[in-house]
Amino acid sequence: MTVYKRTPLYPVHKRLGARLIAFSGWEMPVEYSGIAKEHTAVRTAAGLFDVSHMGEFEVLGPQALDLIQFVTTNDAGKLIDGQAQYSAMAYPLGTAVDDLLVYRHNSEHFMLVVNAANTVKDFEWIESHNRFHAAIEDITDRVTLIAPYHFTHGKVLDADAIVSRTGYTGEDGFELYFAAEHSESIWDAISETGAPLGLLPAGLGARNTLRLEGKLLLYGNDMDGTTSLLEAGLGWIVKLGKGEFIGRDALLRQKQEGVKRKLVGFEMLGREIARDHYPVVIDEQTVGHVTSGSPSITLKKNIGLAYLPVDYSSIGTRFHVSIRDRLCDAQVVPTPFYKRRERDSA
Amino acid sequence: MSPDDLLYTKEHEWLRINGEIGTIGITDHAQKELGDIVYVELPKIGDRFDVSEAFGNVESVKAVSELFIPVSGEVVEVNQELATVPEKINQDPYGSGWMIRIRLLRKNETAGLMSAKEYDEYTKGEK
Repeated sequence: MTVYKRTPLYPVHKRLGARLIAFSGWEMPVEYSGIAKEHTAVRTAAGLFDVSHMGEFEVLGPQALDLIQFVTTNDAGKLIDGQAQYSAMAYPLGTAVDDLLVYRHNSEHFMLVVNAANTVKDFEWIESHNRFHAAIEDITDRVTLIAPYHFTHGKVLDADAIVSRTGYTGEDGFELYFAAEHSESIWDAISETGAPLGLLPAGLGARNTLRLEGKLLLYGNDMDGTTSLLEAGLGWIVKLGKGEFIGRDALLRQKQEGVKRKLVGFEMLGREIARDHYPVVIDEQTVGHVTSGSPSITLKKNIGLAYLPVDYSSIGTRFHVSIRDRLCDAQVVPTPFYKRRERDSA
Repeated sequence: MSPDDLLYTKEHEWLRINGEIGTIGITDHAQKELGDIVYVELPKIGDRFDVSEAFGNVESVKAVSELFIPVSGEVVEVNQELATVPEKINQDPYGSGWMIRIRLLRKNETAGLMSAKEYDEYTKGEK
């Protein structure tokens, strides 16, 4: 029998009648009132997500920054106290160990937030490269995270919390980190305050359709240990000039030589829906697969991401997705599929 | 409570028999489990299927599910409205959300199907 971990908000999800599924070893809510309804609430009002399954590590000590610089690709040296950045960890060949957020509390105290499915792997990876004598601690189980690049320390209902202006939906959002014991009271307070404004609790289903519209990548689908960060379009978080780091030599070479394939966004031209893993076909040859595919609830189109040979990756290029042995038309389109508009702040 | 006048499969299709014509759709339980239905792929008039064969697919935001024919039949009518308004399956699974009508090809195939009472029992256990 498989035993799944539960977040401190599990009792709330049960109370709200959420549909729960197994996800990366956790029992998580996939939907409360319906994926489309929750998705639309996030785009037009607000949503409240439990993302406590994300892994959190603290990195401490005089050389904490040196360790982080060595294992991540973005330049954490640019952070000041109270800032966070999106980054990645690379293998020596420039492929992805994981993507993550790096938070700087102060020069000797950082926090890394990693994907739930990779928590154990990431922790071991960082430990194995810790020639800097930094203290690393996995604090996942003690912290509740509900969905900055700036963040601040403050109080939420008298509980100490980190409030971070980050998210995974393509909207302006906040993520709150606080001690597990406050989970229910904080969740309920946000729910009650937000409900009259249209806030809904939202699950992993809406989180996935939202992040895809914003072309926010999902580790394990859109990138992994076989795809390079440059192929994935993450060159903007690879800072080749910052000094030595794992994967730098390979990524530098790829940058000079150019990549052979690229992750692109596409739209289906008919009514068929491209799904994860469906084959991508060009000139009767299978050249790859759909890494993420779904209906776009906001745009009322069927969209997806796939790696295409670089010669076929420009906007407007037509190709086929094989859906139940039928070749269906698709076209490369600009991304993100959805871009947030500034809302009136009246 | 599922409607009394229908027969049900373990895969959550329903069948309404009227003479030699059978109407087929998916149950209320099935539409709830699937969530928001966004696409349905149905056969063409004249296609023939043997009992339990896949006759199409229904897709929610999250997933694709195959549709299985409760009894052998030849398709005589397809609910064309579902091509543009698939959410009818969520809204009215036993009415305007019907999927296909078939001419029954064999007798005595309904013995393997469940009554409403049996189906309700079955879905209670499945949950």
